[in-house]
Amino acid sequence: MNEVQAANGRAPAPGLAREYVRVDRVTKKFGDFVAVDDVTLTIGQGEIFCLLGGSGCGKTTLLRMLAGFETPSAGAIFIDGQDMAGIPPYERPANMMFQSYALFPHMTVAGNVAFGLEQERLAKAEITRRVGEILDLVKMAPYTKRKPHQLSGGQRQRVALARALVKRPKLLLLDEPLGALDKKLREQTQFELLGIQERLGVTFVVVTHDQEEAMTLATRIGVMDRGKIVQVGTPTEIYEYPASRFVADFIGSVNMFEGRLVEDEPDHVRIESGELGGTVYVDHGISAAPEATVWTAIRPEKINIGRERPEGPDNAVRGVVKEIAYMGDISVFLVRIDSGRMVRVSRPNIVRQADDRISWDETVYLSWHASSPIVLTQ
Amino acid sequence: MSRSPVSPRSPPAVSRTRFGAGRMWPLWEWLFRIAPPSWSEYVLRHWSGRKVVIAIPWVWLGLFFLVPFLIVFKISFSEVRIAMPPYAPLIEWLGDQALQLRLNLANYTFLLTDDLYVSSYLYSIKVAAVSSLWCLAIGYPMAYAMARCTQTWRNLFLLLVMLPSFTSFLLRVYAWIGLLKNNGVINNVLMALGVINEPITMMQTDFAVYVGIVYSYLPFMILPLYNNLEKHDPALLEAAADLGARPVTTFLRITLPLSLDGIVAGLLLVFIPAVGEFVIPSLLGRTDQLMIGRVLTDEFFSNRDWPVASAVAIVMLLLLVLPIMIFQRYQTRELERRR
Repeated sequence: MNEVQAANGRAPAPGLAREYVRVDRVTKKFGDFVAVDDVTLTIGQGEIFCLLGGSGCGKTTLLRMLAGFETPSAGAIFIDGQDMAGIPPYERPANMMFQSYALFPHMTVAGNVAFGLEQERLAKAEITRRVGEILDLVKMAPYTKRKPHQLSGGQRQRVALARALVKRPKLLLLDEPLGALDKKLREQTQFELLGIQERLGVTFVVVTHDQEEAMTLATRIGVMDRGKIVQVGTPTEIYEYPASRFVADFIGSVNMFEGRLVEDEPDHVRIESGELGGTVYVDHGISAAPEATVWTAIRPEKINIGRERPEGPDNAVRGVVKEIAYMGDISVFLVRIDSGRMVRVSRPNIVRQADDRISWDETVYLSWHASSPIVLTQ
Repeated sequence: MSRSPVSPRSPPAVSRTRFGAGRMWPLWEWLFRIAPPSWSEYVLRHWSGRKVVIAIPWVWLGLFFLVPFLIVFKISFSEVRIAMPPYAPLIEWLGDQALQLRLNLANYTFLLTDDLYVSSYLYSIKVAAVSSLWCLAIGYPMAYAMARCTQTWRNLFLLLVMLPSFTSFLLRVYAWIGLLKNNGVINNVLMALGVINEPITMMQTDFAVYVGIVYSYLPFMILPLYNNLEKHDPALLEAAADLGARPVTTFLRITLPLSLDGIVAGLLLVFIPAVGEFVIPSLLGRTDQLMIGRVLTDEFFSNRDWPVASAVAIVMLLLLVLPIMIFQRYQTRELERRR
């Protein structure tokens, strides 16, 4: 998580930003199917807001309503304070980068990028200048005369971005912008996107199903599930303080144990979990009814693994290592604890070669700090 | 992902060792085995099922287009004769150890000397060109609408476009006589409504020919257009709108250029058969100005002048070769673009 925060490198201060987009109780139905269900959202100027969710959760529909390709069944959308009802896409102050890039196949790279400016009836010289500028920015200047089918996926993506940015929109909508790129190129492009966004100060709304992409890009993330926004927050908030089991499970990996609240004090709680085969002590209070069923979620990287049993009655269980996956930077252990559940633990490989590395079928103890468990009531 | 480097080329289909001991080779393989290895390997590797599949249309074309064409081409150089068959042979054995080849060019020069042929050719091309453009003007909106509607409606419309072809072509042209003639349906209705006092002459006019050809060949315009338009990515239209283009601009700058191949295909599919059209102008058209298809049948059946008829056909073919070649080029381009 620390790396991701460092990569963001910006103070998430959405409260201070001027409101630029407001989605007010928007619902979109296709026949009986509710694609977007009563969504309310505000996005500040200069923000990179990520709509994150699985396929069919309504994130793309929401984006398409911002662009004007779909009309809300109910509710209103305001961009820069102006009600967007009845305003066609070609009159909106937003530009979209399509998932398929939607480059015009019969036009060259320069033709594609110039298209938007030609619609504004700018002078030829002005168009040429701005097209050249933006193609320089996305490092596509050497390819101006090529047709889209002569470009690689990454190059097409840059052209699509340039085509959307050349209009100098206040709001840029990106639909799975990096989906078609391989991992290395994706990471590189993510940082380039951030650089461009910082330089131009455009408000980005990004739709993605890739949580890593959302984490790297976003100042704030809106997690969507079945047409609803289930949580809005900074990447850190979403990861460390998920509001529900869905969010905890969707973002990153997590070990979840159902349990019962046995001690509920303002400064700590204790949870008894049959699934865990032990008790969980949490060093902060939560708001839930006593004896209520709660879920304890512990991230794999926050679990220690060792051969010695830690002191104290709580926050420790015994198990047997079943699988070890060496991923280079980290190793992931799958441990079958005494209750029978599999628990995922990840440890950074700090030392190049440890002599007494934990091995398959070893009996180990898993433990965690009392601040680590996330207690969820829904 | 560490993989041992594997040679990207698979081993050759046939090894160079010949006549493996104790193995029975199939006959054809055995035949290839005794041929020089380079040759046999080439054939085994390249003479695949693919080639056979490609050969089928070529054989078909050879048998039913090239051979008849050569026969007609040959007849066009002979002299007419009252006999069976009604033309003189090109090659004659003179007996005196001489073989005579007589190429009679008079049939071709005759076409130029008689005004009838030149004007028929020009008239045919004009009628075909105008009809093709009308088909485009009517067919494009229809194809566009079909490509834009839902799957169920598409199938229904496709069926409707093709449905008339299920009845006899001749019957449908005759039906137009019933509609267009002086006491036909259209004139009767207009007179009953009081729009006109005396019938409008529509039969035996250019108008009737255009109506007949446009009506009959419209599906040949709609289908390639629809085929093209249906494949357009709707995201392109959204992208254009997103970039500030109004619907008209989007159509002119995106849809129209992208459907150019379909337009050319449709125009030629109408134009080429319309030039040689015989039935429609004979039944509906003018009597003072013949189309070349009519001239051809007259020469062939009424005059029984096979050599001149053949020359007429050959010249018509040559006139059509240019558009056919354009059509071919666009077809290839379309196929390449889809790859």
